[in-house]
Amino acid sequence: MTQASSFTADVCPLKAEKLACFRGGRLVFEDVSFTLDPGQLLYLRGSNGSGKSTLLRLIAGFLRVQKGVLMYGDDGWWRGDAALSEAVIYAGHDNALKPVLTLRDNATELARLMTGRLVPDETLEAAADIFDMAHLLDQPVRYFSSGQRHRSNLMRFAYLKRPLWLMDEPTVGLDAENREALAGLMKDHLAAGGMIIAATHDPIGVEGQMLDMRDFQPDYDLEEGWL
Amino acid sequence: MTASSFGIFTGLVKRDIRLAWSQGGTGTMALSFFLIAVTLFPFGVGPEPKILARIAPGVIWVVALLACLISLDRLYQADFEDGSLDDLALSPLGLSGVALAKICAHWVSTVLPLVVASPLLGLLMNLPAEAYGTMVFSLLLGTPALSLIGSMGAALTVSVRRGGVLLSLLVLPLYVPTLIFAVGAVDASANMVDPAQPLALLGAASLLALVVGPFASAQALRLALE
Repeated sequence: MTQASSFTADVCPLKAEKLACFRGGRLVFEDVSFTLDPGQLLYLRGSNGSGKSTLLRLIAGFLRVQKGVLMYGDDGWWRGDAALSEAVIYAGHDNALKPVLTLRDNATELARLMTGRLVPDETLEAAADIFDMAHLLDQPVRYFSSGQRHRSNLMRFAYLKRPLWLMDEPTVGLDAENREALAGLMKDHLAAGGMIIAATHDPIGVEGQMLDMRDFQPDYDLEEGWL
Repeated sequence: MTASSFGIFTGLVKRDIRLAWSQGGTGTMALSFFLIAVTLFPFGVGPEPKILARIAPGVIWVVALLACLISLDRLYQADFEDGSLDDLALSPLGLSGVALAKICAHWVSTVLPLVVASPLLGLLMNLPAEAYGTMVFSLLLGTPALSLIGSMGAALTVSVRRGGVLLSLLVLPLYVPTLIFAVGAVDASANMVDPAQPLALLGAASLLALVVGPFASAQALRLALE
């Protein structure tokens, strides 16, 4: 079920079956199953510590799949497989910006790390425009406020062309205007056949499936025996 | 290696060299340490040319090794702290390639200036004229092993706060063979003996580190991502 598209990697459905994750000797979640088809959005809900970020990092390939199956198309999603990691853009809590470099250089370096090529200036400026950052492109990032840093981090979704977006709390610190810009960007991506998994507490205004991580909390009362 | 991985590799090397020589980078720090620390020896040991000439190869190599070591703890830590390590892990280059690129950048930005500055310090330490060529060549041949082995230690201690001391404990014992062969070669030249044998062993140490270093660093970085 591969679609021809403008992405650098093929878009395939992502399927999770009975995923479980142990961290620090604790079972974070178990029996997580979902299917995400091209053009679909999946929201991860749940209180702090319910495993939203952990699930995102698991899908990104940073954590090992210890139990369950994660499939991208017909391929198993193995940790650290370079070919499959080409499908993912991940934006986490840390902004992954080098304070001494300008925003333009930060973006250029990231694009070159992901594709080996330089990103055209127009693409970069268009991406900056979405989050109203165009006037800051040539400023060193160390002078940015935390909101500006966060928007700089979100800019990557506009200039990298990869099918699966993993967003960890994308709306934190965004004002209403930028929230709308983000929603627009996400809608465009879904319309182009991309996929998004977003862990968030607030609604973004884009239709999507919902996965409540609280449903997958291990029941310690019943299973105290194995601890 | 496809065109795109080559582009990513060279791009990453350039990025890291640039960061190493920008504000707060390690390039200038290691070079200054090297120059100042070697300069201390004539003051400490006394200005007797014979004694200085005898200890010159060892002093220059040991201080170069330490200068390399103090720059190593930031090799992956800066990327770990600001979240760039996640991006590095998602590069099509793969983490082993990323580690190799960062090691190359470390060597070019931090260690190569030491090699270039070493003849000057040889002069200061009254190094015998015959030994200059061998000293520079042994540094060129042996210091890649320092970066490669150091990278494994840096990757293992990346999530440890103030991991510098732990890094030294991990890495310094592994530096011993490189140091022995290198100083052996320079001493041989100073005594008009053919240094080919220690130099060959030094090259072998670097090649071995090249095989193990990037792969082991990548595995250690995977642990840090969890």
